[in-house]
Amino acid sequence: MSAAFVEGVGLIAPGLPSWHEAQPTLTGAARYVTAPLAPFQSQLLPANERRRAPLGVRLALRAAEDAATASGIAPAALASVFASSDADIEMIHRISLALAEPARGVSPTDFHNSVHNAASGYWSIGTGARGASTAVSAYDFNLAAGLREALALLSTDDTDVLLVLYDVPPPPPLYAKRPVSHAAAVALVLARARTERSLARLSLCDAASELGMDDPGLEALRLANPATRALPLLRMLAARRSDIVGVRACNERCIGIQVEAL
Amino acid sequence: MEPLRISACTVTSALGLGRGAHFDALCGERSGLRPQTIENCALQTYVGQVAGLETPLAGELARWDCRNNRLSQLALAQDDFRSAVEGCRTRLGGARIGVFIGTSTSGVQQTELAYRTRDRAANRLPDWFEHRYTQNIFSAADFVRLSLALEGPTLAISTACSSSAKVFASARRAMAAGYCDAAVVGGVDSLCLTTLYGFNSLQLVSSEPCRPADVARNGISIGEAAGFALLESGAGELMLLGYGESSDAFHMSAPDPEGRGACAAMRAALRRAGLAPHQVDYINLHGTATPANDLAEDRAVREVFGADIPQSSTKGWTGHALGAAGILEAAITLICIAEGLLPRSLNTRAKDPVIEGNVLLASRRARVNRALSNSFGFGGSNCSLVFGGAA
Repeated sequence: MSAAFVEGVGLIAPGLPSWHEAQPTLTGAARYVTAPLAPFQSQLLPANERRRAPLGVRLALRAAEDAATASGIAPAALASVFASSDADIEMIHRISLALAEPARGVSPTDFHNSVHNAASGYWSIGTGARGASTAVSAYDFNLAAGLREALALLSTDDTDVLLVLYDVPPPPPLYAKRPVSHAAAVALVLARARTERSLARLSLCDAASELGMDDPGLEALRLANPATRALPLLRMLAARRSDIVGVRACNERCIGIQVEAL
Repeated sequence: MEPLRISACTVTSALGLGRGAHFDALCGERSGLRPQTIENCALQTYVGQVAGLETPLAGELARWDCRNNRLSQLALAQDDFRSAVEGCRTRLGGARIGVFIGTSTSGVQQTELAYRTRDRAANRLPDWFEHRYTQNIFSAADFVRLSLALEGPTLAISTACSSSAKVFASARRAMAAGYCDAAVVGGVDSLCLTTLYGFNSLQLVSSEPCRPADVARNGISIGEAAGFALLESGAGELMLLGYGESSDAFHMSAPDPEGRGACAAMRAALRRAGLAPHQVDYINLHGTATPANDLAEDRAVREVFGADIPQSSTKGWTGHALGAAGILEAAITLICIAEGLLPRSLNTRAKDPVIEGNVLLASRRARVNRALSNSFGFGGSNCSLVFGGAA
């Protein structure tokens, strides 16, 4: 089975504005207080793309940039896996609204932003990354599925990999059917070889059950978005602890992420 | 890379149910494109529509009911595909068989219908609407897993029109990494207003049957399709020899006119297959019949293979099946290898003189030992696959 070294982390979620600022909260040294996301913009995108990029794309890129910068690896050298349940689901909402009217006036920008791989496309345009990039969905189970895809890519295709998890709340009336209540993105840069920056070594193993967060606010946040299902893993990384993090996979199973702190 | 055996394969599109119907339509030069008659669609265009999708899914599959999953269910019933998977499950166990399915829009047609019939005063969608089991991208993969009673790693890949080509790459990696011992790969996309009006808004939809590589080509005809393949280790009659993936890093909805990303994907596929360009006998082009795609792809193919290699787009037969184009054209490529067929570029009446590649204007029977299939998508997502027959 494949293993990878965590070279950089990116995080943006309510009350957790960046990986740097979130670490004391995740380890329990500081209390978690929820807060709306501060306005932010990706630094990578050309003006045209920056103007058009929807919220999910901007969140994904923000977390990805932070992780890549921390890793010291050139973004263009990374293969990438973007894992999201519904990507920029507001585009589907807007298109469905337009299609319910007699004129059926679908916006071309909404349509190209509606593709599930929009974040992957914007990332490659912004960084000049020309390698393999995949956009996947496994509903609430994107951490397990995305990490498996990233580890397989790393070991089989012999490349360092950026893994990004992100989802955003749908507007009403779709929200009632898919209540993702907070926007969030998590990014990990995973490398083949250990460096002086390596935070931990990750591999997959068996696990009987899912690991949660002790703090009720963080536990609620964990369950509020498929991306924040990674909070227990991030807590382990922030605390430099070695243990197994059980995460839910599809069909009612769990898999374990073996974290060895370095 | 170590080649993988394709121990079963099936495909359903506007050409009919199963491989035999596709071979017959290819030999008989019968296009599946017809003027669209879709409910609530006012566009003047041709579509590649699958017949026989009127019956709702029932029993434990009822909550998964949508056109997309109905199409998967219909396709899974062809070519003895289910019994091949059952045999594999008996040998390996359902937990060791992964499921990798490409789709671009999954069951979004349900969402369109839910919005159209919503309670506008209360801003409420109808109770029957199930986001998770229909609209959600993962539904396309989870449904196939459930329908085939498999329990291995399951993933939906959604990279627009390269989706169900990239499933071969992900499945091969998951097998090499030890996450599964075999994999059902495939793809499914179904006709919906989102893609018809979406591509129309970008002025990419033709009002006539699409004409790949034609001097007068003016856009795509949208089609629907589902196809599946069972990948196992070891040698067989039909093999996946290589895959290559790349990103254009150019534009969200236009290909790089230099075709650099397409070149990189084809070269990576050849490298993994351990083949030189002259060892490939046929290329099934992405060939969407938009002015930009066909030009950029021609440039890329010539750069890697030269101009002489026999090549064609089969979208004049099936339409562009979007997220299912990869598996549809992989299945057609495998038919060409198995049957020894070089299919023509249907609807190409006058080849664009700027396109210099050897686009086939007449079909012929010939031995096809190895063939490459291209799939390119929005966001600059490229994937090339190399298939081969028994040596």
